[in-house]
Amino acid sequence: MFTKKKKKNNPAEAASIPPMGIRMIAREFRKDKLAIFSLVVLIAIILFAVIGSLVLDQDVVTKVDILERYTKPGEVNMDGHKYILGADEGGRDILGLLIYGTRNSIFIGFAITVITSIIGVSVGLISGYYGGVIDNILMRIVDFVMILPIMLIIIVLVTIVPRYDAMSLVWIMSVFYWVGKARLFRAKTLSESRRDYISASKTLGTSDFKIIFRELLPNVSSLIITNLTMNFAANIGIETSLTFLGFGLPAKTPSLGTLTAYANNSETLSNRPWIWIPASVLILVLMLSINYVGQAFKRSADARQRLG
Amino acid sequence: MWKTILRRVLLMIPQVIILSILIFLLAKMMPGDPFTGMIDPTIGAERIEELREQAGLNDPWPQQYVRWVKNALHGDFGKSYTYKYAVTDVIGDRIGNTIRLSLFTVILTYLLAIPLGLYAGRYQNSKFDKAVVIYNFVSFAIPTFVLALLTVYLFGYKLRIFPTSGSVSIHETKGTMGYFMSQMHHLILPAIVQALLGTATTIQYLRSEVIDAKQMDYVRTARSKGVPTGKVFNRHIFRNASLPIASNAGYEITGLIGGSVVIERIFNYPGIGNLFISSITERDYSVITALTLLFGLATLLGTLLSDIIMSIVDPRIRIQ
Repeated sequence: MFTKKKKKNNPAEAASIPPMGIRMIAREFRKDKLAIFSLVVLIAIILFAVIGSLVLDQDVVTKVDILERYTKPGEVNMDGHKYILGADEGGRDILGLLIYGTRNSIFIGFAITVITSIIGVSVGLISGYYGGVIDNILMRIVDFVMILPIMLIIIVLVTIVPRYDAMSLVWIMSVFYWVGKARLFRAKTLSESRRDYISASKTLGTSDFKIIFRELLPNVSSLIITNLTMNFAANIGIETSLTFLGFGLPAKTPSLGTLTAYANNSETLSNRPWIWIPASVLILVLMLSINYVGQAFKRSADARQRLG
Repeated sequence: MWKTILRRVLLMIPQVIILSILIFLLAKMMPGDPFTGMIDPTIGAERIEELREQAGLNDPWPQQYVRWVKNALHGDFGKSYTYKYAVTDVIGDRIGNTIRLSLFTVILTYLLAIPLGLYAGRYQNSKFDKAVVIYNFVSFAIPTFVLALLTVYLFGYKLRIFPTSGSVSIHETKGTMGYFMSQMHHLILPAIVQALLGTATTIQYLRSEVIDAKQMDYVRTARSKGVPTGKVFNRHIFRNASLPIASNAGYEITGLIGGSVVIERIFNYPGIGNLFISSITERDYSVITALTLLFGLATLLGTLLSDIIMSIVDPRIRIQ
């Protein structure tokens, strides 16, 4: 409200203040047609997965029908059901699996991103703000996790966790993937907390908690948004890779990874491409569009790189 | 400089100890032990218990850990449950393949990344630069397994230009030129896929370093002295810009060893990454433990290597 009023009263001054936050991002997107296109594609994929999974019944999609094993795309079965993209080895409709798989992959990627961001940003802020012993201890932990062969340890954990399900995977991955973020946000906080406004706030007697979450956090928010987007793509990539190897989501939960994992069978890989190619292409498109949107966010957060 | 390196090596010792404890505990958490497979009607439960006692599996875990480390230092990781011979030999048979693939990939990556980054930075905003930026974006975004699958499908199964499994043709005899050529033939596709996707960081670094360096005083001095433009870019700027790349090399190599799991799986390449996956499916715990330790140590050595290279090329680091 305030900025709007100001704009009316003094247009010259308003023009000299660059727009911030959402409006800056919107301006960056208007300048870059490809970014808008990526955003549209991304939203379309998400809608396709969400609406599709509301319309289709999961039990019907994952029901095994051995008579329809490896049905070719476009064939119609006796009940009049058309397999637009064909069927997998259990006679399940690829299109249905694709819808549920996309939804699950997106959900899991998102859950991991949110959890690791909460841990990573908090640790980074605390470590960077307080410094000293706290910083030392936290950063030693981060350094140690960083040198672990994370992927292999996740695979080992996946095989030994009892009652393994999708949420277990989310937690196992989150335990390891917050460290990069902690390090990034610590560096950012370190430089930010040297600024005058923080010192001023400290002199005024503002509590540490308030400084960290009311003053530091908004100032690193553009980095959070950028990092969140890029990380979302990366996490979907890691989840699908793990599932592809057979150590991600359990086989009963459809995911883009489980669909591509059929390609582990060389017969399917070479002669039944309809099973794994749609999922692979969808992963590809998803990755490219999320990353491109992330790049646009990144540019709008950094004045030197802006197009608009 | 030696002091810095020594200090860095000493710093690694606690890391190695914690890593090995972690992996040992993971191994302990895995269900079953070497005697579980022996349970059958002829051997009673008491006999198994006796064997466990003899092997020291009922001791408190710190004691078992010390024994495990002692054996590991002698290169004894026990016997593989699936292959029925020593774990070290099982790994030894395959590690050469992985090292060959990793080295070949690293060479390809730098052959591709250095000129691309250098010229993209030099001719900033040209058509070439824009193409490199797009390539960089795409290669950063694509997950390895998707590109690997698509290439193996296209070049391996449809066009039949490259083999789809193994590390060497079974018809060749060891030591001949044909044997070597066959090995290379099996290497090319996985190496290219990994190299194409592995260039992003290097190109990104190099390109922005070169762009920044153009404004630097030393570049202006060199040019006003009359040093040819090509030499300024390929000698003066490149030497300065190669710093972060050199320091990244160690991480790059360890990343490759870790990433080999996916690529070896898809190309059916008999290396240790593939061995790891098959051991997990076969529940061959002694191999899994040894491999996890090996990958962990490789990562540690990679970071050590990076830090050492850094302290050699950049004297300022040594002061800290």
